[in-house]
Amino acid sequence: MDFNKDLIAASSTPIVLAILAEGDSYGYAIIKRVQELSGGRMEWTDGMLYPVLHRLERLGYIKARWQEAENGRRRKYYRITASGRAQLAEERKQWQTVDALLRGIWRTGSLRTSTA
Amino acid sequence: MEGHSTQQHLENHIAQWRIYLQRRQSIHSVDIAELEDHLREEIAALTRSGLSSDEAFLVAVKRMGSFDELSREFAREHSERLWKQLVLPSEHPLSARSDGFTAILFAVVAGIFVKIPELFGLHIGVDDGFYARNMGIFVLPVLAGYFALKREPDTARFIGLGIAFALAGVFGNIYPFGASQYTEVLSILHLPIALWFAVGIAYAGRRWKDVAGRMDFIRFSGEFFIYYVLIALGGGVLTAFLTMMFQSIGMKPEWFIQSWLVPCGAAGAVLIASWLVEAKQSVIENMAPVLTRLFTPLFTALLITFLVTVFVTGKAIDLQREVLIAFDLLLIVVLGLLLYSISARDTKLPPGFFDRMQVILIISALLADAVALWAISARITEFGFTPNRVAALGVNIILLVNLAWSAVLYLRFLADRGPFADLERWQTNYLPVYAAWSAIVVIAFPPLFGYM
Repeated sequence: MDFNKDLIAASSTPIVLAILAEGDSYGYAIIKRVQELSGGRMEWTDGMLYPVLHRLERLGYIKARWQEAENGRRRKYYRITASGRAQLAEERKQWQTVDALLRGIWRTGSLRTSTA
Repeated sequence: MEGHSTQQHLENHIAQWRIYLQRRQSIHSVDIAELEDHLREEIAALTRSGLSSDEAFLVAVKRMGSFDELSREFAREHSERLWKQLVLPSEHPLSARSDGFTAILFAVVAGIFVKIPELFGLHIGVDDGFYARNMGIFVLPVLAGYFALKREPDTARFIGLGIAFALAGVFGNIYPFGASQYTEVLSILHLPIALWFAVGIAYAGRRWKDVAGRMDFIRFSGEFFIYYVLIALGGGVLTAFLTMMFQSIGMKPEWFIQSWLVPCGAAGAVLIASWLVEAKQSVIENMAPVLTRLFTPLFTALLITFLVTVFVTGKAIDLQREVLIAFDLLLIVVLGLLLYSISARDTKLPPGFFDRMQVILIISALLADAVALWAISARITEFGFTPNRVAALGVNIILLVNLAWSAVLYLRFLADRGPFADLERWQTNYLPVYAAWSAIVVIAFPPLFGYM
């Protein structure tokens, strides 16, 4: 599926933070996790993830460290910080609002009652 | 043997790929290491699913994204890196030569603007008050126009800037200033500062809303100042030769120097300096951060020695009438040192020796200023509230607030309790305060103090 660029950019922060909230990770694994969670429907251009990670690091939401991976290569791992978790909670509220709104609109016309 | 040579082949491919990335200066080698780790993971996964290593390499590189896109995304996040080397692969490339031509054209326009009042009988050397009040109004709109054209043109911004400059022209000139000239001099000093803010909006364009855009304007301002001083020095040498040579053949070139060379040159140099900063940002190391590195330790040593001396000898600050202005200048210098060390700092580096030095500098400057403020507070009513003193006090408070909060943010960063970006954001968000205060001094002070 071809996603709107702005939508990708806006959703990248909560997606990355949410994945890192599951546990420390690194770029490649994050991309794989996104593919897995979206059932392959959402594909990021791999390289674009890294500027996003660097921005989140600059803002203090995540912290990076270099560490030796199991294959012997040095790998950059990211960990979510307390302020990153706070930001994630904030983003979550906003996305839930948008989500609820869209569901509401799309439901009218189909005559289904709310399941909430 | 076969496996070995395939592996070798792949390594060559990856090495080639790395070299291509290294040419993009917005991507540093540490980022390349991170991307390479990603690329290798991807290749390994693709090979496991049955692709040959050549195919896997091609697919992995494709998924990584094109070099242009990658370097643009990195440049967006790391705009500070562009200042040393790279020219952002712009979507509307304007060749260096045509850009230089535009700058010279605008410089000529600025020079002509300065001479237009002459047509209306206002002469340099006679109506100096008029020229001093309006120098910024002649030149800075041309500079703002130059940037507005270079960036993506936007009608709303053009109109907004036009209104701002028109208001500056009105408030710079309508007041019936008295003979003592206090508020007139204040207006002359503050108007260019407020207008420089308008130049910033034209300079940053759409990026004015971003911290990075405003930070770039701060960088630009520092480099601009240095280039301008250098051009002025060169102009001084040229003027000296001109005088000497024409005098040697018995002619007096003073009239030309005073009413043509100096005013038009000073106006045109603003455009030329701006163009040079833009053109050279990609070629040489920025100078403001270098000077900052040099003078931060020296100013810190000066301030600490001063404080220790005051403390040990118990000497009170000699309350000369304008002592506050001297301390304002000190705070401005300290703020400059802080700004240009922030502007050149990689926000992700952990706290280091130089950061601690900065904090000591800020805190000792705050203490020295507190000593001065304390000394003056007792006598301020006795001296009376002249426009100069109110203006000096206002500037002092504005700088004090900025530096005090900067110290708090810096200490939080040193204690690993906040990101360095907070400090950056605080400084860039503070810019409108200077402009607002300058506007108040220009617009409200003359009527408030009865045009004295």
